[in-house]
Amino acid sequence: MPITNLAGVDVELNDEGFFVDPHQWTTDMVPQLAEEWGVPGPLTDQHWEVLHFMRQEFFEKGTGPTVRKLGKSPDISVGVKELYQLFPDGPAKLAARCAGIPKPKGCI
Amino acid sequence: MADRQRRLVVLGAGTGGTLAANRLRKKFPASELAIDVVDGDNDHVYQPGLLFVPFGLAEPSEIVRPRSDQLHDGIDFHLNPVTRVDVDADRVELGDGTVLDYDVLLIATGSVLQPEETEGLLGDAWMDSVFTFYDMEGAAALRTALQTFTEGRLVVNVVDMPIKCPVAPLEFAFLADWYFTEKGVREAITIVYATPLDGAFTKPVASNALGSLLEEKHIEVVTEFNTGEVDNERKMLIGYDGTEVPFDLAVVVPLHGGAPYVAESDELGDELGFVPTDNATLQSRVRPNIFVIGDAADVPTSKAGSVTHFEGEVLIDNIESFLAGQPLEASYDGHANCFIETGFSKALLIDFNYETEPLPGHYPSRFGLPLLKESRINHLGKLMFQSFYWHGLLPGRDIPGLGPDMPDRGKEAIGSS
Repeated sequence: MPITNLAGVDVELNDEGFFVDPHQWTTDMVPQLAEEWGVPGPLTDQHWEVLHFMRQEFFEKGTGPTVRKLGKSPDISVGVKELYQLFPDGPAKLAARCAGIPKPKGCI
Repeated sequence: MADRQRRLVVLGAGTGGTLAANRLRKKFPASELAIDVVDGDNDHVYQPGLLFVPFGLAEPSEIVRPRSDQLHDGIDFHLNPVTRVDVDADRVELGDGTVLDYDVLLIATGSVLQPEETEGLLGDAWMDSVFTFYDMEGAAALRTALQTFTEGRLVVNVVDMPIKCPVAPLEFAFLADWYFTEKGVREAITIVYATPLDGAFTKPVASNALGSLLEEKHIEVVTEFNTGEVDNERKMLIGYDGTEVPFDLAVVVPLHGGAPYVAESDELGDELGFVPTDNATLQSRVRPNIFVIGDAADVPTSKAGSVTHFEGEVLIDNIESFLAGQPLEASYDGHANCFIETGFSKALLIDFNYETEPLPGHYPSRFGLPLLKESRINHLGKLMFQSFYWHGLLPGRDIPGLGPDMPDRGKEAIGSS
């Protein structure tokens, strides 16, 4: 498993760049993660809103939310189209990487 | 046991509601527990059968039976839609004004298709060149469309997760490959599988074992495609990121949500209309006297009949404990399994739970059905399951040797996630 130094901390990522231990994540790491994964800057309140919601859902439900759930959540002020502007390569996956949580799950 | 008679109200008479009501009826005399079951229609569809209808492998009439006939004597069936649940008053309101008070509520209303949530999906091309096989009307109409389809691009598209039976769209693509081959037109048809996930198979072991199937069958895969819009005129699926997937015939699995009354009831559901539910006990996180089975729950496993089946036993034990004022000790492990039709009279079987991905080996023990491998016996297993569904699963009969927990004794121990 590759180890990356983020904000002065050695963090274990899996082969696809997702955090192995979501508890290692801190907000200080986000600017570096965002740049690495091509999130167009600067980071706005809306980016943060999404990242915090991703983590909250992961710790409550055991998996990150889908794009649709993000778009429908009352905790998120933007719709699905805007989510694709914030995280162009796919909000669920890109935001999961930046929020330090595992990849959203499929069944097989 | 309590002195007074208590009342269980079950919303939904599909797989979960029916098997739970029947099992509880066997367990409790009517003097202890009254059981009311509510549903808005009387058509119990054997949903795995819908996959076969478009290919002429099942007739619509073979896979539907009256819901009321599947319920044991001593259960009151209300043919009436649910309009609202008042979780503070322990009360359900029905379409005709009937009010049912409950001591325990079981939510088993599954998920509903929401094609209206995708821009353009219900446009002029709907039921003309854009279909779904996820309901009876669509599956039957698609049969006619497939009969006359002899060239062009067939696109099988999952709009977004969660969906019922997540492997069904892939099975559709496999069966389409078989169907067009049999008709001698396969070479003139391109089959495309467009998924919002990052692969047709996303778990490492299944992906290694099955990844080559799509290539062998010449099925093109478009990954991470999030359908934002259907352009009816240009016959194009358009992703939120602007990616375009052209089609001549599109088979779309629409978005799914919970039953509409869930959203109409304060505090009952999440953003998608599914009910927040404890992964292990199946007690809702809404109120302690509300339990959930099957697709209606937000638990992180597949929305599939096998899940509902395995949840059943745990649920019954926990409802019994709840009625007795005891702690809920039964625990569901997320166990699911499914036969995956791969065409040409073969099928795969996969078996997994919350923690363990689908592994190769045999189910339920070393001498069982092969896992993660195409075989004729699995195809026969899939075909034979319908009879067990009506005569074993719904009436609430146990199968010897098949408990709710995922078995691991027949599996090859290659890493678990």
